[in-house]
Amino acid sequence: MKLIFERGAEGRGCSILPPCDVPEVEFSRKRETKLCLPSLSETEINRHYSELEKQVYGVNSGFYPLGSCTMKYNPKVNEAAAALPGFSGLHPLQPEHTVQGALELLNRSEKALCEITGMDRMTFQPAAGAHGEFTGLLLIKAYHQKRGEGEKRTKILVPDSAHGTNPASAAMAGFKVVNIPSGPDGCVDLEKLQEAAGEDTAGLMLTNPNTVGLFDKNILEITGIVHGAGGLCYYDGANLNAVMGIVRPGDMGFDVIHLNLHKTFSTPHGGGGPGSGPVGCKEFLAAFLPGKAAERREDGTYEFETPAESIGAVRSFWGNFLVVAKAYAYILSLGAEGIPEAAESAVLNANYLKKKLEDIYPMAYPGTCMHEFVMDLSKIKEKTGVTALDIAKGLLDGGIHPPTMYFPLIVHEALMFEPTETESRETLDEAAELLRKLYRTACENPKELHEAPIHTPVRRLDEVQAARKPVLRYSYDL
Amino acid sequence: MKYPQELFYSKSHEWVKLKGDCAWIGITDFAQDALGDLVYVNLPEVGDEVTAGETFADVESVKAVSDIYSPVTGTVAEVNEALLDAPEAINQSPYEAWLIKVEGITDREELLSADAYQEMAEAEQK
Repeated sequence: MKLIFERGAEGRGCSILPPCDVPEVEFSRKRETKLCLPSLSETEINRHYSELEKQVYGVNSGFYPLGSCTMKYNPKVNEAAAALPGFSGLHPLQPEHTVQGALELLNRSEKALCEITGMDRMTFQPAAGAHGEFTGLLLIKAYHQKRGEGEKRTKILVPDSAHGTNPASAAMAGFKVVNIPSGPDGCVDLEKLQEAAGEDTAGLMLTNPNTVGLFDKNILEITGIVHGAGGLCYYDGANLNAVMGIVRPGDMGFDVIHLNLHKTFSTPHGGGGPGSGPVGCKEFLAAFLPGKAAERREDGTYEFETPAESIGAVRSFWGNFLVVAKAYAYILSLGAEGIPEAAESAVLNANYLKKKLEDIYPMAYPGTCMHEFVMDLSKIKEKTGVTALDIAKGLLDGGIHPPTMYFPLIVHEALMFEPTETESRETLDEAAELLRKLYRTACENPKELHEAPIHTPVRRLDEVQAARKPVLRYSYDL
Repeated sequence: MKYPQELFYSKSHEWVKLKGDCAWIGITDFAQDALGDLVYVNLPEVGDEVTAGETFADVESVKAVSDIYSPVTGTVAEVNEALLDAPEAINQSPYEAWLIKVEGITDREELLSADAYQEMAEAEQK
């Protein structure tokens, strides 16, 4: 389809924009190049975006089992809450006494999320997950510096199954990354961790359940080893959906965590964002949190306060406030019973789908899983020549968004499924049926899968060329 | 899959060509095949120190970003800058596409012969 820049004609416009009410002034330095803005009529704009929408696939279109991304349904009541004019019409520089409701919402959201995670304080500044990791690591750094060990504690331990953002955030925060290998069971190798932990350890970053969908049963020993060496423990909240309301990172021994409100707490995810990656910590780190926190005064009013030894702001203003409003609506809708129930259903759904497929698709780790599971298609590739990528493309033809591919890296030909709790049994049955059909095609007519997808708006994309020679913007012929 | 006899290999899938106290380092045929089409290479600079067992470069394929570990300790004498614009050369001829040349080698990790490496790589594939 045509790009918006290729539509319309010069001089055409629409009535969406009001006439300019700012007096025009002659500048001495006028721009010399053409401004190049699309000029479309309202009809053309409408049709352009309607056509785009038809080509897009999202949770609203169908099953979206993208592992570790928790693509759960985003309840529309969240949008209604965030759209309340008292929230959506705020200016970030309004005086505190005019935004008391918004401050109360931040304060209550912090309390609720601290209760769920076992933390004492939380900041809503970070814009999303990796930003939260970076912020959390700066807290760890500030802690060691205050104790006079900043120079000495330079290493962050990261298991090899971690999300790629973990080592990247650690490097950005100025730490050296030490990779901890997983044992054959997919969990942290305790001996290797013991060897790596020492006087230079600043901390450990871990997700639990981990990326292969397993709850690390040694978690208390793991956090104990790191604490014993004088380091702190960071919890990556990417997989909290499997355990929310059931077990708390704070009780597992973690000192700092981040959450992905856009995963676990049902706010829109991906291109529909923005995200929100609040960072929580135990009391002994609270003084370092970025400002500002919404504090409740004794008279019941609220004010913004910056913690005493704050690392400073990590983002402008108060973070993505409306995302917090949506997450708070979700927490209140589910309540104390609904939150653990969502986690249980997420685990049940993953195990149901896994069970329906494990007779033909080899699983990387046998037994029950948590909220997600990983298939290892290397045997299927050896036998039929069909790769994880081919199966993913075949799923597209069947109207399902593919799972995460080739991740975690410790599993070759990996496909990682996370169905989430918001999918019905019928949806899971249909997905299993499609996957079984694709397996039969792989055995009988592998060529068909090498050519998939056929029924999508675009066929198989040239990922290599796109990465090597990306075209990131439209170029006008001037 | 090729495993040239005249080269040495590390357990983390780098090849080393040794000559006096110089070494050329690249990634093996097995490694490039496992990574898939490479789209980006990040190399050190001439004069940088590399340490045996520690990472000195990273490569990005359509699947993932992977660290490349140095099998030797020494100083980077040359960098194969042609790879920056044409990372596909590593896929096409992994044993010609050296990443760096190291001089003044003072230490090296335990290296494998071609046969021993082939055995290890084939076992890993299973």
